[in-house]
Amino acid sequence: MRHLLIALLLWLPLWAQAAIDSFEFRDEATRDRFHQLTAELRCPKCQNQNIADSNSPIAEDLRTEIHRMLQQGDSDQDIVDFMVARYGEFVLYRPRVTSQTLILWYGPFGLLAVGVVVILVMTRRRRKAGSPDAAPDAIEPAETLSAAERRRLDELLKQDDK
Amino acid sequence: MLRRLLVFIPLLIFFVMGIFLWRGLQLDPSELPSALIDKPMPSFSLSSVYDENTRLSEQQLKGKPALLNVWATWCPTCKQEHDQLNRIVREEGVTIYGINYKDERSKAQDWLTRYEDPYVLNIYDDKGTLGLDLGVYGAPETYILDKDGIIRYRHVGEVNEKVWVKLRGLMQELEGSGS
Repeated sequence: MRHLLIALLLWLPLWAQAAIDSFEFRDEATRDRFHQLTAELRCPKCQNQNIADSNSPIAEDLRTEIHRMLQQGDSDQDIVDFMVARYGEFVLYRPRVTSQTLILWYGPFGLLAVGVVVILVMTRRRRKAGSPDAAPDAIEPAETLSAAERRRLDELLKQDDK
Repeated sequence: MLRRLLVFIPLLIFFVMGIFLWRGLQLDPSELPSALIDKPMPSFSLSSVYDENTRLSEQQLKGKPALLNVWATWCPTCKQEHDQLNRIVREEGVTIYGINYKDERSKAQDWLTRYEDPYVLNIYDDKGTLGLDLGVYGAPETYILDKDGIIRYRHVGEVNEKVWVKLRGLMQELEGSGS
């Protein structure tokens, strides 16, 4: 029984498909623009789908509207402006570069730059710490050695000099 | 000393992110602000639900602050909020304009006869063209218009008691400032 059920469930994915309308286009370039536009515009109703994939009535209306505008000879920019005027910036899956979306577009590069600076500073500091002269936090012998040990150290160092 | 403070940076980042994510939990992503807030009502010329020869336009929505309700007979939530709309018209004297959105004329007429008609004007938008210009993405939607026909607020979903209290507050503000 369970095997049968699993076997039946395997057929489920075949039902999954994008919404299909039969639109006629005057040429292939227009058809490509239609696909590009419907893929980049977000459905206001079912918010995690673009209007190409969504089966909701509003997505269907918007596809029809985009098709109509394309046939009428409107540019991509005209169509995007049309949608934004009605549904807001929200419908753009590729947000415009404005003062509000600057952080969205360039934030990652900013963070990358910060990371690079942090790594540079850390390596430089580590290198400094490695060299005997300039080590800022190298421990002075006096702090850890007793007077007797210190005398012995001096002797050893003198031997070295010879 | 400085080094010791640096240790707290991850904790600080944690709290800042926590505050943002916590706020994110309270937001309802399905509530979109309308792109038409503070813009005039889009122009239209559509017939009345009752009579296809009566033309209605945006000019007729001016005069005083009012609600504009987008509804359809195929929309179950519209049925739910209908009693509330009737009540606020009857008891509080609110002006409501109705847009019958992507519907059939005879069904809409039946509905208004059967459940009472709270609307001052009944705009018949069977193709959804006005709906498209308004940025409607699902009925019911309710807009607040000021006396000059400027869109001031949009609510998506049912106008229940709680929502109405909010809408009433906004409308009173408009009445106060607009006179």
